[in-house]
Formats: sequence, structure tokens, C-alpha cells
Amino acid sequence: MNQVLIYSIIALGSIGAVSAIILYFVAQKFKVIEDPKIDEVADKLPGANCGGCGFAGCRNFAEAIVKAGNMDNLNCPVGGNSLIKEVAPILGIVAVEKDPQIAVVRCSGSKANAPQKAEYDSASTCVFAHSLFAGESGCPHGCLGLGDCVVSCKFDAIYIDEITGLPVVSNEKCVACGACVKACPRTIIEIRNKNKKDRRIFVSCINQEKGAVAKKNCEVACIGCGKCVKVCSFEAIILKNNLAYIDYTKCTLCRKCVEECPTHAINELNFPPRKPKAEKTESVIAE
Amino acid sequence: MKTFKIGGVHPEENKLASNSAIEVLPIPQKVCIPITQHLGAPSTLVVEKGGIVKVGQLLAKADAFICANVHSSVSGKILKIDTVTDTSGYRKTSIFIDVEGDEWEESIDKSQNIVKEIKLSKEEIIAKIKDMGIVGLGGATFPTHVKLMVPQGKKADVLIINGVECEPYLTSDHRVMLEKAEEMLVGVSILMKGLGVEKAMIGIENNKTDAISHLHNIASGFKGIEVHALKVKYPQGAEKQLIKALIHREVPAGKLPIEVGCVVSNAGTAFAVYEAIQKNKPLFERVVTVTGKSVKKPSNFMVRMGVTVNELIEKAGGLPEDTGKVISGGPMMGKSLNSLEVPVVKGTSGILIMTQKESKRVEIQNCIRCGKCITVCPMGLEPYLLAQVAENANFETAENERVMDCIECGSCHYTCPSGRPLLDYLRVGKNKVGQIIRNRANN
Repeated sequence: MNQVLIYSIIALGSIGAVSAIILYFVAQKFKVIEDPKIDEVADKLPGANCGGCGFAGCRNFAEAIVKAGNMDNLNCPVGGNSLIKEVAPILGIVAVEKDPQIAVVRCSGSKANAPQKAEYDSASTCVFAHSLFAGESGCPHGCLGLGDCVVSCKFDAIYIDEITGLPVVSNEKCVACGACVKACPRTIIEIRNKNKKDRRIFVSCINQEKGAVAKKNCEVACIGCGKCVKVCSFEAIILKNNLAYIDYTKCTLCRKCVEECPTHAINELNFPPRKPKAEKTESVIAE
Repeated sequence: MKTFKIGGVHPEENKLASNSAIEVLPIPQKVCIPITQHLGAPSTLVVEKGGIVKVGQLLAKADAFICANVHSSVSGKILKIDTVTDTSGYRKTSIFIDVEGDEWEESIDKSQNIVKEIKLSKEEIIAKIKDMGIVGLGGATFPTHVKLMVPQGKKADVLIINGVECEPYLTSDHRVMLEKAEEMLVGVSILMKGLGVEKAMIGIENNKTDAISHLHNIASGFKGIEVHALKVKYPQGAEKQLIKALIHREVPAGKLPIEVGCVVSNAGTAFAVYEAIQKNKPLFERVVTVTGKSVKKPSNFMVRMGVTVNELIEKAGGLPEDTGKVISGGPMMGKSLNSLEVPVVKGTSGILIMTQKESKRVEIQNCIRCGKCITVCPMGLEPYLLAQVAENANFETAENERVMDCIECGSCHYTCPSGRPLLDYLRVGKNKVGQIIRNRANN
């Protein structure tokens, strides 16, 4: 009995030992050396794997961050600035805060402003409508209102307003991931700075046709008159191809261009209503 | 009777204008001629505002390989160079001319006698076709001279003339074959010489028996031209289906007919080639059918390029009260217009006016996997699958399942009992996959 026991212990023991040695060498040969920082960074990420950063998942993004050594061109829209603050010490760099941004729909061609001239009755997707014809209002740059942007948003931050037929972006939910920008076949949506109190000013038109042609299709089109450029004291507006564009890095939100625009093509969002100008009282000269 | 083997549908023929002789319209008062009326690179303007032009004068030049010249269809003064909406609603550069009189270029031979002798050589024919701005009048407007230039390593042995006109309602080719038969056949002989072949086959659908017998008689006076009757089935007029039916050769996927040794040209184009080579007349007018169940006078007009669709409809009795859609082309593959101020261009084969009732789209329901779309697809594809993957943006599968082989004939869309917008999603798929393929080639 004892002999059987001893022999079995020796036999199994040696098989175990040999396997262990083989496994040890194999593990050493095929070992993947990973920077321990990747684990630390991945730990700080939201872990939602939403793809908003443009990478395949949070782990992939963490690898990209450690490889680059900084977060200059890498943005996690969900984590935002608080994430940058947490990751910076791991990488051993100083945190540089990014301005919060939001998706902006640069078209005000609503059903009222750009009346319907033809009826579209086909596949309910902007990509198809854009390749087929100019649009129900006739403006070849205007929003088609069929909601490709809505479908592309993973954060439920954009919807089509029933009355205007235009997309509306939610201030709270939008993380500026850029999915809607890519989805729109006419590049109507742009990622712009969010500013304090979610205020923003932008030219709500991307039509590059001559002023008279653009105005025929839409009441609030930009006609490229250039009055906004003249009135801006911060040189934030450029006029090119019959279209004005406001540079959001230079804009100070003074609102002068909004008042100046003759077609009301420049939009201001989340500002308090203007106070009416004080009536000039006639001065009575006391005799 | 010859036909193509896979797929096909039988929409109502409605050839309402087939007995209306070609009516030459009076000279318009003003025209608007787009400078790009063909497939390929845009042409370059050679005239400017205020210039005086004659009929047949060059307005825009072909500067690239796949490009065509554009000539004036009227004489008068150029009012302005501006943009005009085309059939899609997008704006294209055009020349607006105020018409004065009807003065033609001196080189054009206005006589009506038929010139049978072909004096030019093969190369001279191709050069002159290019000069005269001839493009395919079947609707695709591909520059004809490019078609005749056979690439290195390939050889053509037969020319096929497309007299099929399988789209319902359209009758312009039918009337050209009946009224200009001899001229058309001289044009076919010219094309044969330009291509360097000894044999030409004209395919005509069997609902045009008068054209078939008429051409058959006249073709006996020409060497190497055969006339063939084809079974009435849509889309017999599609290039690949026509080649399969007539010479039993299959064009490989993604390749052109020259790959199997033939070139296909439209019957109307053959007539235009005759006028260009024998009469020095550039392409500036064409036969356009104006038709529809509610149209007072379904007609075939000889129209100068640049006349607006509105004017044509007026000449055919005016726009009917209950019009639902106005279509440029036929009901299967035509484009619905969103403005009647679009000009007639080289590719306008017909204007179809549909009543409100006819234009109503069927309610869209779920796919019931009946397989009818697969039965009718002339290219042997699976439309229900391609439409579904295109809708779900799964373009990799769409490419693997050969969405690029689709010829957009609309047979699947026409047949679907659930009214699913198959052709629409197929077009989305083709559009996106085409982009993906182009990006891949550029990177």
C-alpha cells in the first residue's frame, strides 16, 4: 500500500513539476509587457466604451493616452475636464483644461422660414435625400430634417422639433462627441465652444449661393452682405463665398452682429432678453 | 423570340404618343442652356455675356477626356451667364440667350436630302463626333466619341443599336425609327466605321412592329445591319440585358460592354450622328415625348435645347388640373421635377405627367420574405437583403452582396407587395459603397 502511494506521489509530482517548468518558460517567452500606467489611466476612465473619443473602447483609449504621454489631441467627451485633472498626475504632466464644447446646428431653415416647395416622399434618411435633390425648401445647403443626426447620437442629446422641422441639441446631454457632425451629409452641425451659461452666437446658415438666390428659398438666409464683419470690434467674423462665419475663439458674445444682421441669420442662444432702449425725453429748457 | 433570361417585369406600356408624328416646335423666345449636359467632367465656357451667337455655335468646350462640347440651339444675344436649377433642384451654370431670328452657322447643311456616302475615315469620324458634341441620347448622356475609342488590348466585333425603349410612355425613339429610318441607318453605318466593325444589330421591342418591319425593309439596302425583334419585357433596354439577349454574352461585373467585344448606342444617337457627320449639324435639338394619361395631346416634339419644360407642357395642351408629379424620363427610372422652369437638355427623353392618383405612394409595410424582388431582379441580386443592410448602414455586407451591380431599374420596387422603398435604399447603399471604394482607391 505504501509503495503505491509513494509511486503515485512521485509520478504525479514529477508531471506537475515538469508542466510547471514548461509553463514558466512559455509564460516568460510570450509575456506582454504592458506599461502599468495603462491600467491606472483605464481605471480613471468612465468605462462606458461609448466610442466618443474615436477609439474602440476605454482600454484602447487608455493605451493611446499613455503612448502619447499627453491628452493634447485626445478627448473623452464623457469625462471632460475632471478626467483630464485626474489623468495628468499619472502621466506626470500639468493638466490643461479644455473649453467645454457642444454641437451647434447651423441652419434656421424651419418650415416657416423656408417654406416647402416640393413634397419629398421617399426613404426617411438625410443621406438619400441629399443625393437625390436640393431639398423641399429648394435650399441646397439647408437642413433636410429627416433625422440622420438623431439616429447617430448615443447620448440621446438631439431630437427633431415637430414644429420647426429642425434638430435641437440638449445643453445638458450633449458631450460634443462629433457623431452627429459626421452623420449630417451637408456638414450643417459644427462643434463650437459652450461658454459660460451655455451661451453661444453663430451664423445659422451655411448657404454659399449669391444673396438674392439664397433669400428666395429661405427668409433667414445669410446673404453675404458683410454688415456683421464691419460691426464686430474683435475681428471675429470672416466673409467668404457669400457666407459669414464667426470664429468662436475670438467671439466675446457682445451680440452687436446679431442686431446688425438684416436677415436675422445670426442666432444667439441662452441670453437674457434685451432691455428696450430708454425713450429719449424731450429736454425742457427752463426759461 | 430573343430576350434576357433572368428577371424582368411587365409594367403597362401606355405608349400614348406612339402615333403622334414628330412636331417641330416654333423657335422659342429665350433659352437657358446648361454648360454641362453630359456624364463626366464639366465643360469650359468659351463665350461671355453680351456675345452674339448663331445656331450651332460652340458655347462650351470639352477640355477633359470624358467631356462633350455644347452648342447653341438658337441665334441671338447672350443675356447672362448664371445658374439655373436642374432636375434635382441643385443649381448649374447656364447660358441665358435672348433669341433673335434663326440664323444658322454657315457650315451646317440645312437640306433635307439623304446623304448616304461616308467620306470620312475612322479617326476623322471620331474627331467630328467629338466636335459636334454628340452624347448618348438614351438618357445616360455618355460622350459618344469616348465610347468609340476602344482601349488598348480590347477589340470590338459588333455594334448594337438600342431601339428598345422599354420604359412605358416614352416614344421618341419609336418615332425617330419610323420617320427618320434611312438617316438613322446611315448613322449606324457611320458608327460601324468609327468603331471598326462589320456588323450591327438593332434591337427593337415587339410592341413596335411597324418600326421593326419598316427598318427591316430599309436595312436591306445597307451592308451588315440586322434588325431583331425582342420580347416585350422591362428592362430589355438596359445595356447588359440587351447584350445578353442579342449576342448571348455576359458583361463581367464592374466592366464595360467593350470587355465582351461590343458597344451599345441609342437609336436617337445614331440619327444625331448622321446629322453631325453628313450635315455638319451639332447636337442642339432632340425629340422629346410629352405624355401622360391626363395630357390633352400626347406628343413628340423636336425641341431646341434650353426650352423650359413649362413651354413644352403648354404646347401639349397645358398642365392638367389634377397633376400629381411631373417626371423627366419614364415612370420606372425618371426623375420627379420640383420646378417646371428646368431646361430641356441632351438627356431629356420625355416629360411624363402623372395624375394625383397615379403619384400616390403605397403605404410601407414589413417585408414578408416572399422573394418576388429576387425573382424580378434582372441582375440576379437579392434586393430585400441589400435594402435592409443599406438601411442599417452595414455597408460591408452590401458591398459583398454586390450592391454595385445594381442597375437601378426599379423592377424590385415596382413588384414589392409590401410597398417597401427598395430602390431608394439600394441607391443609398450604392452611393455609400461607391464612396468607400473611391476612398480605398485613393489611400
